[in-house]
Amino acid sequence: MQLLQVDIWFIIEKLVLITVILLGSLGIAMYATWGERKVAAVMQDRIGPARAGLFGLLQPLADGGKLFFKEEILPDRSTKFLFIMGPALAMLTACMTSAVVPWGPDYVTQTGRVVSLQVADINIGILFVFGVVSLGVYGVMLGGWASNNKFSLLSSIRAASQAISYELAMGISLVALLMMTGSLSLREIVSQQHGFWHDGYFTWNFFKQPLGFLIFLTCSFAELNRAPFDLPECESELNMGYHQEYSSMKLGFFLFAEYINLFISSAILATLFFGGYNFPFMDQVAASVSPLLFTIICVLVLLTKIVGFILFFMFVRWTLPRFRYDQLMRLGWKSLIPLALINMLITGIVVLWVIK
Amino acid sequence: MSLYQICFWVLTVMALGCALGVILSRNPVSSVLFLIATFFAISGHYLLMNAQFLAIVNIIVYAGAIMVLFLFVIMLMNLNADTEPQKNRLVQLAGVVSGGILFLVILAALRSSSVNVLEQTPTDIGLIKNLGKTLFTQFVLPFEISSVLFLSAMIGAVVIGKKEEVA
Repeated sequence: MQLLQVDIWFIIEKLVLITVILLGSLGIAMYATWGERKVAAVMQDRIGPARAGLFGLLQPLADGGKLFFKEEILPDRSTKFLFIMGPALAMLTACMTSAVVPWGPDYVTQTGRVVSLQVADINIGILFVFGVVSLGVYGVMLGGWASNNKFSLLSSIRAASQAISYELAMGISLVALLMMTGSLSLREIVSQQHGFWHDGYFTWNFFKQPLGFLIFLTCSFAELNRAPFDLPECESELNMGYHQEYSSMKLGFFLFAEYINLFISSAILATLFFGGYNFPFMDQVAASVSPLLFTIICVLVLLTKIVGFILFFMFVRWTLPRFRYDQLMRLGWKSLIPLALINMLITGIVVLWVIK
Repeated sequence: MSLYQICFWVLTVMALGCALGVILSRNPVSSVLFLIATFFAISGHYLLMNAQFLAIVNIIVYAGAIMVLFLFVIMLMNLNADTEPQKNRLVQLAGVVSGGILFLVILAALRSSSVNVLEQTPTDIGLIKNLGKTLFTQFVLPFEISSVLFLSAMIGAVVIGKKEEVA
């Protein structure tokens, strides 16, 4: 009976990588909550969290500790199993997407071993992300329904219809991008954006698909349930939204999953449109430093882009007012989907033209 | 047993068990959730056959979109065991008899037909490149016709859903 014929080092390497990525995304999500409060404070001319540690840096830990010690309440008339499943699913889907993001170029050790900084380079790459994102709505839906509260139910229905409406435009804008790259693998998409300038034009997809990027970005705001599209958490109409009945760490999971999603979608945006770990003059840098240092620089470049996107998401949240629900639906169905379709058509024509 | 077979049996048990759960559970919401789990098991089977594209599209379209809409409708209708209409004995008996007859017909049809055994070895046809080439060359006509069918269904839904003009 032979079960596993795989290289043991391969498994260890992947396990380490998965652990690092998971802990990293949790850590970044943790400090994104701190960052959000600081950004809000700056934009509203306040100081923000400042008591716990230097610049309030220990604030996320204090928040987490507080949530852990809060009383856990299961509403009497709720569906218990689904009530617990909701936040668990939200967290699970938030953590799954990072598996296909290439965090850096392959690192070749002195012994000739190739270490890949991507957990799984699967053939369907970006579709996997899409699949997981489309499942993400179940956490909110089940949690909202199982709470047996009308506000939660309304909120979860809003979340679901919003997610489905914006997934369409997102998918179509992505099709236009995929027509150009000719591959679904994120690794392939990133390696096509090598460097910054090639053959008289930018290599990054942002410069080739500006409209596609704008549509994708707008849709990711909606998928993240963030302002200006945070209708499921609209306090003035729905109290707290779908997590009205939640307390303790189950509430924490819902809130935390949102920040992990923020991190991951920034990573996906950077990977798809802003060259991933590529940066200008990378070939010159690669020639002058050791391979290990080069890999680290690449990872840092990607992280910088991700932090940039996270900050952008935050600035938008504290700048724009919330949409009304009919405006949200009109924007999704009557503006973004036709625009995405036109973008796809033009891209198709151009791609055919260039090939001919 | 190889790893392949272990995966196959786990997925098979999961698919059949969840499919039974769909029809046996009383709560419509848990029926829907069982159905979603069934789709996952079927996607797992696609993966075993190296059809990654089919597997993920199955999840995106069925689990991610269609079942969300199902769940949506069921949550809004708020079906409970209390509001479920009680069927009388005669209707139940008729259901059992007609279901049994259908079962017999299927069984007879399966007995007389020769079942083709699927190839065990995974092929590359399920990978997106090969699948796309096959769909858009060999099967381009049926593919386009089915997309027209979907379009007409969509227009039909819009027409039905539209409010009638006040004459």
